[in-house]
Amino acid sequence: MKIALCIKQVPDTSVRVKIAQDGKIDASGVEYVINPYDEYALEEAVRLKEQITGSEITLVSIGPEKAQQMILKALAIGADKAVHLKVDNIPQDPLAIAKVLAEELKGGAYDIIFFGKKAVDNDNHQVGAIVAELLNLPCVTACTHYEVKDSEVTAYREIEGGVEVYEVQLPAVFTQEKGPHEPRYPQLRELMAARRKPLTVKQPNFSSSKTESLALSYPPARPQGKIVGKGVEAVPDLVRLLHEEAKVI
Amino acid sequence: MAGILVFVEQRQGKVKQSSLEALSEGRRLAGKIGANVSALIVGHQVENLVNDVAKYGCNTVLLAQHEALANYSPEGYRDALLEAVKEEQHRLVLLAGTAMGKDLAPRISARFDAGLATDCTTVEIATDGIITTRPVFAGKLLQKLKVSGSMAIATLKPNAFKAEQVNGNAPTVEQLPVRVDPSKWRAVLKTTLEPEVKKQDVSEASIIISGGRGMRGPEGYRILEELAAVLGGTVAASRAAVDAGWRPHADQVGQTGKVVSPNLYIACGISGAVQHQVGMINSKVIVAINKDPVAPIFKFADYGLVGDIFEIIPALTNEIKKLYNRG
Ligand SMILES: Cc1cc2nc3c(=O)[nH]c(=O)nc-3n(C[C@H](O)[C@H](O)[C@H](O)COP(=O)(O)OP(=O)(O)OC[C@H]3O[C@@H](n4cnc5c(N)ncnc54)[C@H](O)[C@@H]3O)c2cc1C
Ligand SMILES: Nc1ncnc2c1ncn2[C@@H]1O[C@H](COP(=O)(O)O)[C@@H](O)[C@H]1O
Repeated sequence: MKIALCIKQVPDTSVRVKIAQDGKIDASGVEYVINPYDEYALEEAVRLKEQITGSEITLVSIGPEKAQQMILKALAIGADKAVHLKVDNIPQDPLAIAKVLAEELKGGAYDIIFFGKKAVDNDNHQVGAIVAELLNLPCVTACTHYEVKDSEVTAYREIEGGVEVYEVQLPAVFTQEKGPHEPRYPQLRELMAARRKPLTVKQPNFSSSKTESLALSYPPARPQGKIVGKGVEAVPDLVRLLHEEAKVI
Repeated sequence: MAGILVFVEQRQGKVKQSSLEALSEGRRLAGKIGANVSALIVGHQVENLVNDVAKYGCNTVLLAQHEALANYSPEGYRDALLEAVKEEQHRLVLLAGTAMGKDLAPRISARFDAGLATDCTTVEIATDGIITTRPVFAGKLLQKLKVSGSMAIATLKPNAFKAEQVNGNAPTVEQLPVRVDPSKWRAVLKTTLEPEVKKQDVSEASIIISGGRGMRGPEGYRILEELAAVLGGTVAASRAAVDAGWRPHADQVGQTGKVVSPNLYIACGISGAVQHQVGMINSKVIVAINKDPVAPIFKFADYGLVGDIFEIIPALTNEIKKLYNRG
């Protein structure tokens, strides 16, 4: 089985994000990590590879020089080779990104192409499904996990109040939601070995953008929290405040 | 900008509230530029939904009906939407930011080579497109995003817009001719598994009672279910509780769960870690109940109560019952 996986390096969002003077994200002190949903997708890809002998995983990433740390880590976890589409700054337009990825993936004869359901920087939730349409492939978005039999995949997708079960003919595109499988970490030995895996660096060409980020701002701050009281005695006060002041019950 | 199309989502013959929000927003924008609004409903035998939709005001209701479209089909629904856009030369397409809306919107974006803004909290018409506001970095920042071109697409964040009924002329109803050929579909929905206990989805609820590690185990959630029942809300959870297997992932609020904005969010035995915070900080009113007076959640809860959940929740449930009985 030939598997491709598109991964993006994103700022670690467990820390604060700050807006710099120029109106963009302040990159100082920011740590960069693999987009968490891409990490879940990598786990699914590696599981498939373990299950189906002769499988091969190719990574594709558009990103700056420093994205190679993330690519190496993903190679160490279980991917076999990588294509780094190198840029100084990642364009923000999802369509432009998707077109470059589609172009790269087009000739690869992949059976499955994985994406994260979204990148947690811009939270676009678009690229995977756009690439699928551009390549005219079937696509199920936000899947938690899969079962594979021959050239058919059963994909599980969480929706409001339920789980949709899809039967999908390969080749196909899947975008990954957090699922039942915890992503694994690479061993030191594997990190060393990853340096010897094939990594191709290319310069992509982007089309013009349909979207433009005009400004970033902080959401309005919440008023400082207020403690109503302690223990069961404070419950009537709380209920009165919710009813009369906040008017939510 | 001529013509606004709103995709109105129905599941099992029920229109989604967030689609009505999108329709109301579509009507507001259309009013500003003197455009028409069409509502597209895709399904099987969905004529009876026309009235529900008409109340929110639109010029045309387009019906794309076929037996094979009774349930969602990524390819089938996409084709119906493509057809509707083409037929009336729509320039702005709005969808609710639900699982279905998020699935369909990028497909349309690709097919028309049109820009898409997802999860918008405001939308305004600009000279050659639209300008939207949308949360990025899991809501830690807001982005002002412009979509330019002869066609723009936006998905709207549920609960961020008001659904408003209006009095007006009845819309014209048109059957949209769509060619439906299920034998060509390559991703086919076989079935939808529903949880044993049906509950309102966390992303759609206006009152959420959320429990964390402080609930001590799955049984702890019973008192939260009781409170939710009295308030007409739904129960959610922190990741600690989900990872422990006490609650399903569908209930998780936060960075790797759902980002919610209900009217009332009651956090029970949740410390308020930043990854949880980003999922619920846009709730209108936040209540925190925690035995640790310096728990971070108290820094941003509108109303905090220090104490043991297992004493406070039953008392709270009782007190609210009393309030409702007084009428
Ligand atoms: C990449 C990443 C993604 C993450 N995504 C998410 C996410 O989506 N959602 C999420 O929630 N977390 C997420 N987390 C985890 C997050 O960092 C916290 O670990 C988690 O939110 C803690 O859950 P908690 O508040 O339930 O547990 P704890 O932090 O252990 O807090 C339990 C609280 O309960 C209180 N308590 C205990 N017993 C009682 C009692 N009897 N009465 C009253 N109070 C009591 C304690 O005082 C304490 O404050 C993520 C972490 C990472 C690294
Ligand atoms: N710069 C990129 N390089 C490689 N893959 C990307 C890039 N940007 C987005 N993707 C993929 O597309 C998915 C969805 O991204 P988005 O639509 O931007 O939220 C991500 O989880 C990745 O799998």
